[in-house]
Amino acid sequence: MASDSDSDGDFVTFGTPLEPLEEDEPLRKPVPLYEQTVKDEKGRYQRFHGAFTGGFSAGYFNTVGTKEGWTPATFVSSRQQKAGRQNARPEDFMDEEDLGDHGIAPRQITTTADFASGRKDVIRDKARAITSLSAPIPGDTVLEDLVAPARSSMGVELLRKMGWKDGQGVGPRVKRRLCKQRADSATRAFGSASPPNGSSESQDEEDGEFVPENVTFAPKDVTPIDFTPKVDLHGLGYRGLNPLAALRGGPGTGHINLFTMDSDRTNSLFGEDRKGQRRRGGVAGQGFGVGAMEDDDEDIYHRDIMSNYDTVLGGEEPGNGLYGWTAPQQYNRKKKDHSKDAAYLGKILEGFTLASDKLETKTIFPPPNLPRDFRPVHYFRPVVDLSSVSPMVAQALQTSRGHMAQEEPSKGGRHQLDSAQRRELLGEATLQGPSSVFDLLKVEDRERLSSLRRPSSDTSSGPRQPTPGEARAAVVAAGVAAAAARASAQKALSSRFAPHAEQQQQEALSVWSGPTAQAQTGQTFKPFERTPHKQARYDLYIDQLKQGDRDALELSLDPTMTEWERGRERDEFVRAALLYKPSSSSLSCRFTRGKQDDGVEADTVEVTRDQENDVDDKQAAVKMKMFGKLTRDTFEWHPDNLLCKRFNVPDPYPGSGFVGMPKVKRDKFSVFNFLTVSESPTASASPAPQGVKPSEPGKRSRWDVSGQAGDKERKEKDPVSEFLSVARIEASGSGPEASTTDGPTTDPTVEPDTEQKEEEEEEESRPSMDLFKAIFASSSDEKSSSSSEGESEEEEEKEEGVRSKAGTGPQISNQLNVNTTQPAPPVSTTPSQHPDILFKTPSGPAAAPPPRDQEMEEEEFGPRLPPPSSTLTAERRPSPTPSAKDDKHKKKCKEKHKAKKHGKHKKDKKQKKKHKRHKHKGKQKKTKKEESSDSSSEGSDGNGQEEGGGVSTEELLRRLKSIRGKNLQ
Amino acid sequence: MSFPQPKPEVPQLPQNLLRTIDCQQGAVRAVRFNADGNYLLSCGSDKSLKLWSVSRGTLLKTYSGHGYEVLDADGSYDNSQLCSCSSDKTVILWDVATGQVTRKLRGHAGKVNCVQFNEEATVILSGSIDGTVRCWDTRSRKFDPIQILDEAQDGVSSLKVSEHELLTGSVDGRVRRYDLRMGQLHVDFINSPITCVCFSADGQCTLTSSLDSTVRLLDKSTGEMLGEYTGHKMKGYKLDCCLSSKDTHVLSCSEDGHVYCWDLVEGSLMLKLPVGKAVVQSLSFHPSETRLLTAMEGRVQVWGAD
Repeated sequence: MASDSDSDGDFVTFGTPLEPLEEDEPLRKPVPLYEQTVKDEKGRYQRFHGAFTGGFSAGYFNTVGTKEGWTPATFVSSRQQKAGRQNARPEDFMDEEDLGDHGIAPRQITTTADFASGRKDVIRDKARAITSLSAPIPGDTVLEDLVAPARSSMGVELLRKMGWKDGQGVGPRVKRRLCKQRADSATRAFGSASPPNGSSESQDEEDGEFVPENVTFAPKDVTPIDFTPKVDLHGLGYRGLNPLAALRGGPGTGHINLFTMDSDRTNSLFGEDRKGQRRRGGVAGQGFGVGAMEDDDEDIYHRDIMSNYDTVLGGEEPGNGLYGWTAPQQYNRKKKDHSKDAAYLGKILEGFTLASDKLETKTIFPPPNLPRDFRPVHYFRPVVDLSSVSPMVAQALQTSRGHMAQEEPSKGGRHQLDSAQRRELLGEATLQGPSSVFDLLKVEDRERLSSLRRPSSDTSSGPRQPTPGEARAAVVAAGVAAAAARASAQKALSSRFAPHAEQQQQEALSVWSGPTAQAQTGQTFKPFERTPHKQARYDLYIDQLKQGDRDALELSLDPTMTEWERGRERDEFVRAALLYKPSSSSLSCRFTRGKQDDGVEADTVEVTRDQENDVDDKQAAVKMKMFGKLTRDTFEWHPDNLLCKRFNVPDPYPGSGFVGMPKVKRDKFSVFNFLTVSESPTASASPAPQGVKPSEPGKRSRWDVSGQAGDKERKEKDPVSEFLSVARIEASGSGPEASTTDGPTTDPTVEPDTEQKEEEEEEESRPSMDLFKAIFASSSDEKSSSSSEGESEEEEEKEEGVRSKAGTGPQISNQLNVNTTQPAPPVSTTPSQHPDILFKTPSGPAAAPPPRDQEMEEEEFGPRLPPPSSTLTAERRPSPTPSAKDDKHKKKCKEKHKAKKHGKHKKDKKQKKKHKRHKHKGKQKKTKKEESSDSSSEGSDGNGQEEGGGVSTEELLRRLKSIRGKNLQ
Repeated sequence: MSFPQPKPEVPQLPQNLLRTIDCQQGAVRAVRFNADGNYLLSCGSDKSLKLWSVSRGTLLKTYSGHGYEVLDADGSYDNSQLCSCSSDKTVILWDVATGQVTRKLRGHAGKVNCVQFNEEATVILSGSIDGTVRCWDTRSRKFDPIQILDEAQDGVSSLKVSEHELLTGSVDGRVRRYDLRMGQLHVDFINSPITCVCFSADGQCTLTSSLDSTVRLLDKSTGEMLGEYTGHKMKGYKLDCCLSSKDTHVLSCSEDGHVYCWDLVEGSLMLKLPVGKAVVQSLSFHPSETRLLTAMEGRVQVWGAD
C-alpha cells in the first residue's frame, strides 16, 4: 500500500519486470552445472577445467587459436624482400587476453627506468646499506654497490645540474643562524644521553665565529626510514658486532659499546665525523670489566634506562629523519617541553618531563562514623513461637533479650511504611477503588476482624508491658516453678493477663452474646473434642457467654486444677471462642454461601441500576413511527479509563471505580418479585400484550422480524386469540399467534379458554393504561409509578437478576426466562417454550419456514449470511412472501413516498438537515393526530404490516378510545 | 449586477460498472474500502482475506490465518494494519506489508460479526453474536479486552466507530450509541433485528437497516426518525447499508439482487442498481469519490459515476 495507484505514472521503472508468478505453475528447474556455458567477448565458448588442467581453456579447444594449434612460421627471404632479423619479444607469444588487464602482462603506462625516481633508489640503497651492515655477514651489498654501474635517473641529473651535490638535502640554502638553531636542538636532543658525543654541528658551532655572515648552507639531507622487514631470529634491536668498528683497529675503533644508543652507532655507521669523540683503547662495555690500563671507568656500567626506549607513539621527527616513532625518547622531546624543563628549578629525573596537565586529585571519602554503642558482633535471637510455648517461658525468653523496645516496629523506618504511607510521602494520587479488602467489608465486620486480630498481637506484644521487676519475677517463676515461687508466678501471670485478657473476654462476650450467635446454636465448633471434659467446660463457657455472663470464664473452669493449668485453659478458651465465633461475622462475609443455604445475604443480586422503559410502549411508538423520546433510553455508562485514553477523550467519570452500567443490589425475592412471579401465569394467558407474547416465540425464534411475521400470522389465529386480539391494543406490536403453533407445552400460557376470558375482563384496563402512556404521555411522566409500568419494570429487573445470577449470556437468560413472563418480544425475549429453539436457525416468517431451515439448523444467530453461490440460492432462497405480495409492498411504498413528497418534501428539497428534522417532528405530530382522530392507514403503512392488521387497527383504536373514556371517568 | 448562483452540481450516482473482480475465495462476505479508497478488502468464506487495488483490480496480498469464514474487516487510518473477524470467534490484527498475524484476539463466545478500528487504530472493536462488543487494545500486549460492552441482549450485528462514539446494532432490535465523552449510553429501539448501522459523514445522524426491510435515518442526538427508506428486501440476511460520501444518498443491499439508492432528503428511490441474481451481500462507498463496491457471491464489483 505504499503508492497511490493514481500516481503510478510518476515513477520510473528500471529493468524488466519479472513475469508474474503463477501460483499453480511448477517451479522451473535450475540449469545444471554441465549445461551452463560461458562465452568470451567474441562469443567463443569458454570451458572450465578443473584446477589441475589449467583453469580457463586457452584458445581453440585447448589449442592456440586454431584447430591445428601452433603452426611454424616459414622463413621467406627474397631479393626484393629481405627478411629482416626477427627479434622475438615475449609479447609476440601473448594473445590479447595475456595483455589484458587480468593477463600476465597487463599493458599500462609506466615511467621508464630513466625517468623513474632515482631518489627512491638512493633511499633503498641506504637502507640496504644499513641492513647489510647489521646483517650477520656484513658488507656483501657494499661490494655490489661498488661493482654496479653508475646510473642515475633523470631527476638526479637535473638536480646535479642545478648545483645539488650528493649528501646534501634538497631545498633552499639556509643561513648560518638557522643552521645553528637546528644544531642547537640537535645537541640538546643528544644532551641527556649518556655518552655526550659531540656532533659535527656542535663542532661547527665552536668554529662558527669564523664563518662569514654571507655564507649559506645546504639543508641537511633526510635519511629515509628503513622499512626492510625483519627476517632473522634475533631479538628486537639486536645487532652483531660492527666489523668496521671492531676490526678496523686504531684508536677510533677501540671501544665497542654493545648497548649504546642507536644514535651513537648510526652516526658512526654513516660516517659522520666525530672529531671530538674521545676514543679509548681496548674493549669496554657491560660485558667487560675495566681493564687495568684504562684510566676511567665512568661509563663502563652502562645504565640502560627505560627512558631510552619509546613509551609513546608519534612525536616529532628527529633532526636527521632516521628514526620514526620508534626513535629513543630524547629525540622526540619537544621544544616546548624543553623550555619547561629549563624553567623547572629542581632536578628532573632523567626520562621524566613535567606533566602538561594536572593530575586529578582523588577525593577520598572517609568511612562512616560508627555509632558509639556499635558492637561488631551479631548474635541471633531465638525465634519463639509464642503460641506453642507457655506464656511464662515466652516472657522469660523475651525479657532475657534485653532490648525490648527495639522489638517494636519503629515508626518512620522505610520498610515499616505501608503503601499508603509511601504514597503520601511520594505525593502520588490515590488509586481508584477500595484500597484494601477491609474497605469492602461492612463496618461491623471490619471491627470484628480487627478484634480478631488484636488478641494475637496482644499476646505477642504483651510481655512488653511488664515492668522489669515483674519480668524478673516471671523469669524466676519460670525457672524454678517451685511452690515457693508460685505466688510470684501467679502475680506475673495476673500481671500478664490483666491488660488484655480482660479485653479479650469482653470481646468474646460481645461476639457470642449477639443475636446471630443465639440463632446458631447448632453449628458451634468443637475445638476440644479429644478431651471431652475440656470440651464440656468449653461448652459451658460458650453457653454462659451466650447468656451474657461476664465471668463466664471463671465459672466454667475446673476449680480443682492448678492455677497454672487454669491460666492456660483460660487463655485457650478465650482464643477459641474468638476464633470460632459465629460464622455470620468476619469470615463468613468473605464467602458466598451455597444456594441451598438460606443465608440472608445471598438473597440480593446485582442488577443494573437503570432499567429500560417498558418495551410495549416502545413497540407501540415504533408502530406509529414515533421515534424519538419514546424509543430512546439514555443510561449512565462508564467507559474504562484506558478506553478513554485510547480514544483521546477525558474520562467522563474520573473517580468511578467500575466500568459499564452502574449496578445496584436488589433483593432476589422482593415483594415485587413475588408479585410478578405469581402474576406470570395469569398474565401469560391474559389478553394483555404481555400475556400474548410469550406464546409467540414458541413458534418463531426471536431472530425473526417480529412485526411482519406476527401480522401475517394473525390471519391464522384461532378464535380465542382472535377475540383477544380484538380486545387488545394494536400497539403491542406483534400478533398473537399463540395456540395454533404452540404445540404441547406444559407452560401455563395455554390455559382453558374460559379462564382466559374471565381474566380478560379483570385485566383489561391495565394494558390500556400502558398504551395511553406510550401514546399520549410525555416522557416526563413515563417513570410515574403506574401499577402496570412498575410491574413490568420489576419484571425486567427480575429478568436481569436471573441473568446476572446465571452469569451467562443472553441465550441462557432466555432459557431461564422461559417460565416467567416476558414483556419484551425482541429483547432476548421471545421466551420460547423450548429453549433449544433458540439455537435453531432463524428464518423469515415462521409460517412458511424455508426449506433451508432444516439444513442450516446449526447455530445461526441473528441475520444469516447469504449462501455462497447463486445456484444454491435460487433453489433455496426462502420465499417468505409470494412475489405478488412483494409487488404490492413496493407499490404501497411508492405511494407512500409520493404522498410524503406531496405533503412536505417537495418544497424544501435543498434544505438542511436541521430544517428537515423539525419538519419530521411536525410530521410525526401530524401522524399522531391522524392516528387518534380517525383511522387512517398512514400510521401503520411503513412496514407493510397492514395486510393482516388493517381492519383490526381501526377496531382497536375504537376500543382504545372507549377505554380511555372509561379511564378518564 | 449579480451573477446567477452557480448551479449546484447534481450528485452523481455510481451506476456504471467499472470493474468486476472475481475474488476466488468463495462467497465474499464483506467488501470494504481502505481509509483512502484506493484499495479494497474482500472477506471470503474460504477463510482468506484479500487486498486488491481498486484501480487496477489486481490482487495485492492474501491474508490467511482465520479458521473459518471471514466476516468483516477494516483497515487502519495509516494503511499499516488490518483487522478482521471471523466465524472462528477470533479477531486478527494483520500487518499489511508482511501479511503476518500481529495479534490473534480470542475471547468472544461466538462468531464475530463486525470489527472496526477506532480513529487512531489503537483499539479494535469487535461485535459478536455472543452479544458483546469487546474493545481490544492494539498497543499493549495484553490479550484481554479493555472493556466488554455486554449491554446488548442479543448478538451484535454491526458496529461503527466515530471519534468518541461507538454505534452498535444488535439483533435485539436496538441501536446503542456509547458516548465516551459524555459517559452515556443511548439506546434506540427499532423493534426489528438490526443488520447494519452507519454514522453519517457529518456525524449528526445514524442510519439503521433492519430486517423489516426498512432503512431508517435517525437523528443522533434525539433519536427521532428523519427518514425511512423502503422498497428493498431485507428479511433474512445480514446485509449492509451505507450513505454516499457526500451524505446525499442512502444505499442498501437487497436480497433481490439490486442495490437500492434513495435520495436522503426526499426518500425517493433514485437508482436500482442491478448487480446480479443473487443476494447483494455487502457494499461499501468510497470515502471521497462516487464509487461503490458491491459483493455478490464470489464477485466484487466496482461501480462508478462514469
